[in-house]
Amino acid sequence: MTGEVLIGFYTFILACVAGYQLITKVPPTLHTPLMSGANAISGVTILGALAMTNGHGTIGATIIGCLAVVFAMINVAGGFMVTERMLKMFASKKK
Amino acid sequence: MTGPVSTQDLIAHAGYLASVLLFMFGIMRMGKVRTARSGNQMAAGAMVLAMISQFVEMGQIEPWFIIAGLVVGSLVGIIVSIKVGMTEMPEMVALFNGSGGIASALVALAAYAFHRIPTVPLMNAGMGEAPPSIVNGLAVMLSIVIGCVTFTGSLIAFGKLSGKVSGSPVLLPGRHMINAALLIMALGGSVMVVFTTGGMPGLGIVVAVTVVALILGVMLVIPIGGGDMPVVISLLNSYSGLAAAMAGFAINSQVLIVSGSLVGAAGLILTQIMCKAMNRSLANVLFGGFGAEDTSSGKGGGADEYKNVKAAEGEEVAMILEDVESLIVVPGYGMAVSQAQHLVRELGDIMEARGCKVSYAIHPVAGRMPGHMNVLLAEANVPYEQLFELDQINNDFKNTDAVLVIGANDVVNPDAVDKKDSPLYGMPVLNVWEARTCFVIKRSLSPGFAAVKNPLFEADNTYMVFGDGRKAVEDIINNLKSS
Repeated sequence: MTGEVLIGFYTFILACVAGYQLITKVPPTLHTPLMSGANAISGVTILGALAMTNGHGTIGATIIGCLAVVFAMINVAGGFMVTERMLKMFASKKK
Repeated sequence: MTGPVSTQDLIAHAGYLASVLLFMFGIMRMGKVRTARSGNQMAAGAMVLAMISQFVEMGQIEPWFIIAGLVVGSLVGIIVSIKVGMTEMPEMVALFNGSGGIASALVALAAYAFHRIPTVPLMNAGMGEAPPSIVNGLAVMLSIVIGCVTFTGSLIAFGKLSGKVSGSPVLLPGRHMINAALLIMALGGSVMVVFTTGGMPGLGIVVAVTVVALILGVMLVIPIGGGDMPVVISLLNSYSGLAAAMAGFAINSQVLIVSGSLVGAAGLILTQIMCKAMNRSLANVLFGGFGAEDTSSGKGGGADEYKNVKAAEGEEVAMILEDVESLIVVPGYGMAVSQAQHLVRELGDIMEARGCKVSYAIHPVAGRMPGHMNVLLAEANVPYEQLFELDQINNDFKNTDAVLVIGANDVVNPDAVDKKDSPLYGMPVLNVWEARTCFVIKRSLSPGFAAVKNPLFEADNTYMVFGDGRKAVEDIINNLKSS
């Protein structure tokens, strides 16, 4: 097992615990925006998609990577925009 | 990363670290009303920073495929997010979620296609120069499995939420056995193959596992009914994070691992909250096929089971409302379907102008996604201060003159409190029957999602207002105005 993978495991476990602790008590008003915001963050896989598209690998890898870029970008752009729209709505009616 | 670290890598990793921290603070801020918006913007900024860092790390960039992908994806995402109405939000979230899932699966597939050609140097791919290990291979397979399950599962959820697929549970005979077999094939197959080949499995296996995972996603969601969608959506959300984390292991990217697991954990918390609000375990939601058996055997609350139901028209409702001093509105999925939120707010305004205290009681699983009612009422500009959670408002019903239930059923069923053999028993419900008068706007006496009778409908102080939510509220408003 390479060192990088081992570090990955530590990171994974620690981030899971951190994520769990970060949002212990969420008011129901925020359930939807939090979900769609978190959803947008899961589009971080865009980084992998970019790396794969740029990998100078086979043309197959490049095309699959490019498709991944499209889908991940839909997730990222759409997710953050929709969340912003919702939260703006919440904010505007507060006096 | 062996040997000296280049300046380029150093800058890239500083950027990654900063973006990971921003993601964390962003998520943290998204959990509080006051800071939610800045939290989302922070997370969006973090994403941009992470992408820039990725470009820095890659150095030499092959522009065309990347630009094409970025432009197409952004355009689709932005157009959809601008066009979508607040009522369509649940299916939209499902669709974006599926999009993220398939992206992670594709990253893993691309990584696989990459690793298969060992002579191609792995530079510029963010993977380092190390040959693929068993862990990389395993992560590739897991990312494909979780990503594909998220994808097709989300698509089915989208279909159910948008009404393109029947919202009622589809229960295939022996579905537990089929699902178990599919899961063993997908996971067991992946693990076995990766270990026997000492890294990357053969192409045939990869294709087979992909197909099995796609089928599994469909199979897992079709038996789940529309009313359980809040749980399913948050769980799929968690999966999409997990898929991203696995993709991170596949290509040795710490950013993906951290952000993916953050999302995975956040989704899991929401899932828990939703399950708790229904007083059911996650296993029960996923495998129970709740309500379906009851409907098929026909024992669940048909119209003929009710006695002494009092029906009222808009005019009578308006007459009673004229004299009330406090009103609590309880919205449900029916309000979303008929898009009555704006009229509900208008009614609230009229009542307030008459000196009546108006509040809204929101059940955590009312609607089809976590926080569904809050989004709709916010769209209609209902002041945040008037919205109350179950715990905050449940003691107020007994001192309230009138309650207006719009398209909600199971979440206001008194059996959940006092009938031990009811399937709903123990579920936290809004005690609307304690109010002096209760109006229930509903299309018919048909049972709700749990397929049980609701004694509230035949209570002495309840008036049923039959009809579409929007029309009924409109009728009440017109009568109030003309009086």
